Amino acid sequence: MKMKEIFITSAFTENSVWRQILGICSALAVTNLMQNSLIMGLGVIFTLAFANLTISIIRNWTPRSVRMMVQTLIIAAYVIIVDIFLKANLPVISKQLGPYVGLIITNCILMGRAEAFASQNKPLDSFIDGIGAGVGYTLVLLLISFVRELFGFGTIFGFPVFGSWWTKWSIMVMAPSAFFILAMLIWYINTTFYKAKV
Amino acid sequence: MDISAFVLFWAAIFTSNILLTNFLGMCSYLSVSREIESSAGLGVAVIFVLTVTSALNWLVYNYILLPFDIVYLQYIVFIIVIAAFVQFLELLIERYAPALYYTLGIFLPLITVNCAIFGVSLFMIIRNYNFLQSIAFGAGSGIGWLLAIMMLAGIRRKLKEKMVPQGLQGAGISLIITGIMAMGFVGFSGIVQIQ
Repeated sequence: MKMKEIFITSAFTENSVWRQILGICSALAVTNLMQNSLIMGLGVIFTLAFANLTISIIRNWTPRSVRMMVQTLIIAAYVIIVDIFLKANLPVISKQLGPYVGLIITNCILMGRAEAFASQNKPLDSFIDGIGAGVGYTLVLLLISFVRELFGFGTIFGFPVFGSWWTKWSIMVMAPSAFFILAMLIWYINTTFYKAKV
Repeated sequence: MDISAFVLFWAAIFTSNILLTNFLGMCSYLSVSREIESSAGLGVAVIFVLTVTSALNWLVYNYILLPFDIVYLQYIVFIIVIAAFVQFLELLIERYAPALYYTLGIFLPLITVNCAIFGVSLFMIIRNYNFLQSIAFGAGSGIGWLLAIMMLAGIRRKLKEKMVPQGLQGAGISLIITGIMAMGFVGFSGIVQIQ
């Protein structure tokens, strides 16, 4: 498979969130502000790409019985790097994301890609696949948070879009709206792009 | 935090439900809720594992990680504690309660990757709970999770005979139902506030 093909497949046509319904937890939790979503997305891209690369490099020496544990520990190691980096450089955002940075470890996308792709493919391909899946995930996060921040705060990336006349929709800041918007997104994508398959 | 363990227990079930307000444990919530029986089995397993692992992780954090100044290893250590406990529990149940093993056993591996378990441990550290509060928070979160998955499983069973738009079937409609349930739970939110 070509690099470009791998990237497109894992980022769009087989997107983890809307096709496989993985990684929903954090997709819903951090999407009240676009800034948080972007940082979270970048963290996931980094972790996915390097965890995939590492898992792929050692795939032939990993005994099958302890495979899951090894993968989890590799993922955890990269997540710790992301966490320390955020704490040192972006302390405010790190505080807002709270436990959700650590929860990247149990994000099903990570295990999903490690199992489905990295444990059977060459390192470079796995690296590209990780970036692709991460970009697809970030895209979903940004889409959801765009709607939530726009209506909930009247801003985009913190810049005011609507004037002071805008009445903030407090429902958009609260939990239920995240469920609704993700459901709408899945509905729209399924009926528009996957008509033949559904 | 000087909130009593009793209040925290109820707050974890209703006002800050682990699933409906913190979005944890969604993956298995969406996939297992097709069957009421499996949902109940997994829910009970989650309550038990959550209560014990939050206590274990509290002890590990306060008596091992803090004194040796290796707090940055907390993610790896917590994951290992959870995985080891689940493995141990599986062996124990298989040996001493085979009947229980057949109903609960298949759900145990699912629990290691359930983010609710790991998330509760992280919340408990971030919010500085004491030992008793951690156990109450763990147990309450587990019961809250069971409540949420049982409600969804019940609604989904009724939904089987109903017409749902094609693109919305499966995950889509489950998410909308969960959203409506979450709106209901927002009604509890004024009673007590835990971050």
